[in-house]
Amino acid sequence: MTAHAHAHPVKRYRGLMDWLTTVDHKKIGILYLLAGALFFLIGGLEAILIRIQLLKPQLAVVGADTFNELITMHGTTMIFLAAMPMLFAMMNAVIPLQIGARDVAFPFLNALGFWTFFFGGLLLNISWFAGSVPDAGWTSYVPLASPTYNSGHGVDYYVLGLQIAGIGTLLGGINFMATIINMRAPGLSFMRLPMFTWAIFITSALIVFAFPVLTVGLVALMFDRLFQANFFETANGGSTVLWEHVFWVFGHPEVYILILPAFGIISEVVSTFSRKRLFGYSSMVFATILIAFLGFMVWAHHMFTTGLGPVANGLFSIATMLIAIPTGVKIFNWLFTLWGGSIRFTTAALFGIGFIPTFTMGGVTGVMLAVAPADYQYHDTYFVVAHFHYVIVGGLINGIFAGLFYWWPKMFGRTLNETLGKWFFWTFYIGFHMTFFVQHFLGLIGMPRRVWTYLPNQGFDTMNFISTIGAFLMGIGTIMLIVNVIITSFKPKNATNDPWEDGRSLEWTIPSPPPEYNFKQIPLVRGYDAWWKEKMEGHKEMTPSEPVGPIHMPSPSFLPLIMSIGLFIAGFGFMYDKLFVAIGGIAVTLICMLLRSVFDDHGFHISEEEQEKGVHA
Amino acid sequence: MKRLLPVLAGMALLLSACGGREDLSTLKPQGPVAQGQFDLMVLSISIMALVVVVVFAICLYVLIKFRRRKGDNSIPKQVEGNHKLEIIWTVVPIVLLLILGVPTIDKVFGNAKDYSHDKDALQVIVTSHQYWWEFEYPEYGITTAQDLIVPTGKKIQFKLASADVKHSFWIPSIGGKIDTNTGVDNKLYLEFPKEGVYRGKCAELCGPSHSLMDFKAKAVDQASFDRWVAAMKDPAVLPEDAAIKEAFESKCLSCHAVGEQNSGAGAPNLTGVGGRETIGGILYNDENSPEENLKQWIENPQDVKPGATMPSAEDLDLSPEELDGIAKYLANYKLDY
Repeated sequence: MTAHAHAHPVKRYRGLMDWLTTVDHKKIGILYLLAGALFFLIGGLEAILIRIQLLKPQLAVVGADTFNELITMHGTTMIFLAAMPMLFAMMNAVIPLQIGARDVAFPFLNALGFWTFFFGGLLLNISWFAGSVPDAGWTSYVPLASPTYNSGHGVDYYVLGLQIAGIGTLLGGINFMATIINMRAPGLSFMRLPMFTWAIFITSALIVFAFPVLTVGLVALMFDRLFQANFFETANGGSTVLWEHVFWVFGHPEVYILILPAFGIISEVVSTFSRKRLFGYSSMVFATILIAFLGFMVWAHHMFTTGLGPVANGLFSIATMLIAIPTGVKIFNWLFTLWGGSIRFTTAALFGIGFIPTFTMGGVTGVMLAVAPADYQYHDTYFVVAHFHYVIVGGLINGIFAGLFYWWPKMFGRTLNETLGKWFFWTFYIGFHMTFFVQHFLGLIGMPRRVWTYLPNQGFDTMNFISTIGAFLMGIGTIMLIVNVIITSFKPKNATNDPWEDGRSLEWTIPSPPPEYNFKQIPLVRGYDAWWKEKMEGHKEMTPSEPVGPIHMPSPSFLPLIMSIGLFIAGFGFMYDKLFVAIGGIAVTLICMLLRSVFDDHGFHISEEEQEKGVHA
Repeated sequence: MKRLLPVLAGMALLLSACGGREDLSTLKPQGPVAQGQFDLMVLSISIMALVVVVVFAICLYVLIKFRRRKGDNSIPKQVEGNHKLEIIWTVVPIVLLLILGVPTIDKVFGNAKDYSHDKDALQVIVTSHQYWWEFEYPEYGITTAQDLIVPTGKKIQFKLASADVKHSFWIPSIGGKIDTNTGVDNKLYLEFPKEGVYRGKCAELCGPSHSLMDFKAKAVDQASFDRWVAAMKDPAVLPEDAAIKEAFESKCLSCHAVGEQNSGAGAPNLTGVGGRETIGGILYNDENSPEENLKQWIENPQDVKPGATMPSAEDLDLSPEELDGIAKYLANYKLDY
């Protein structure tokens, strides 16, 4: 043991305790990935059950009540508990490395964000065991979700689960915004940022503006349900349309919170595997900003049939169509990045390139939906289901898989098996199109969405059958991914710094996985595609911007976990009307906050000698 | 634009060939409102198909042409961008969106026309319930349920609201949907130029039986419609058998209404129920006899529509004879029009 530069002792944990107390962004990234994957499997299982129920007309594999619970939980789980955490996994794993930082701006908050998300998600899913599951759809429209028409605790689980999980997301958004603004390596100006970092920066801004709206909406619904408030009770002067507005003022930006990171991942993957600089970098940046900006003024296109009147419908139609322009710019920029390149078809590249046509299909149906009079026909039909699955699965999930295969060696030091990976890609990709392409037509010929069953002789049978078979293929594909992950985890950790050999940004200049302080010396960035630039000039490593010296690190802490457990307990207290439990839970959280404020923790330093030991990857 | 027309016509043909039932599919419009919406769908799909074809073509070309050959270790030229290309793929979409945007705005306002005060239009008040539809004709003072009867050749002006949770009123082959909210009315007009029965559906999640909340819209000629209105106004026909009549009045009319009896009730109006297209919206009277369907429904509505608020025969204490008698009476209760 060498003496620490700071005199006070630092507790360092091992094993499970290490994971429960960690504030290291790389470990938190892995925690996000594990939890997100778990919820992804639960949501996937729910999807399979939904598709089995719709395999043939008039089946009753699950009851009508259960079906509504399944669709509600499938949507809520996939959006809030699977897609978002997997994106957060990638943000955590990659952003500090891409900007040449040793951690995020607020490592403690980062851990707190993960644990609140995790316990919020856990609370939501415990509803399955409590026997009253949310069943008013992931949009939770009132009055169906109001205490009058939804008397069980189902929607309470939705409200409180999302409220707690939402704290985590908001903290993450603030944290990554601060990180990207303040912690870029010397020379890494904004217009030199890798595209993924740009995407996450803008996404974080969206989170900071959009999530408080959800919080307000959920608080109002919670007050209606728990304390008989009247925000949404029409009989007492409330408004049900208000909930729709609040939900979608959050809900539409949420769509971009999901897709912008995927855009970022695709930009990295396409550029790396075609060995070419991203085409039209600055137009990509401005397109992303424009999409985010417009994303806040199109929410009412989810409400064309609510009865807002022609002026609102007309305005929101045109505003929505405008989004197609920056999105088109991005699509063509990707295509022209590939143009003239030298494309290597790794699994990551397959997902990345497969994203382009699939997402285009989801995008064009989006423009079709923007045509308000035609939307009167599409709205709440399977056409919409097809559209948003093309955007979310075909776009976002393809993006996540591309990112996982791409950054897996950086996160774990091992490269996923390419043969199995390609099998996974084709099974999942073909299954996806089988499942969702036909659903466009199901909607057009008159099948509403969220239907538990359908009568025969309506022309729905064959396409529903095809759709279900496709869903099974997607399931088989996912199993292949799991097998791949398990097999890979038994392989030696032999990934090099730059395992794809064509890496362009800073994360590929350090070991895989990186030491806990990431960069022994913070690098000096001399241009866009910093690492590529150095490689092309024949350098083997980045120029350091500082001398070797002791590295300041944040201490691990139990408090984030305990604080989240406090909120988790309080959630139950509120739901089941046990006020003392609720107060007790809140007290746990507040006491933790007090402890955190009263006791200063300056962290610790890793000395030069220890750094040599640190690189054991 | 003229050169585009054959493309649009071809797309329209292709889409309607994609099928669906004439009385249900948005791709086989049976009235001017649905037709106008279909035309916009065709226009937008055509423009979007163009975009998709261009993207797919470039994508395929690039993947084949620029794949890395074995042993090729060259570094491609690092291109920053190309102003000309970037301007093209910004301006072309703007032009395409203008082509789409103008007719969109035109139709947005066209479809929002209000015929509430038009003497030539028929006014219908739609009230949605978990899980059935109530249709009131305020000009005639009559109310019916599940089968919307309308005359051909007239504008039908709907005023819609919900009695409980949100639903959405949708007759795909006649025109797009509109939600039924609580506390505020929505308006929608539709036209039914051709006689026939069209399928209607609820399009907003409203509870367990959302998927079963179907209704029918039956368009008949004006003379037939007038006969129907007159028949609806006739005094109610009640069961002839005294015991059945007693049971019907005490156990059914506590919620339902027939003719002038118990109007303003909270459950579907049963006047002429035996002549309707379906029982409960989903038991088709041309597949089973109305009597069988009625028996199945009254026996246990929960089996047909989970979550329905009507109590079962057992809960109502209906004897088998009463059940048979009421089903038979209702099945034979048909209006002549």
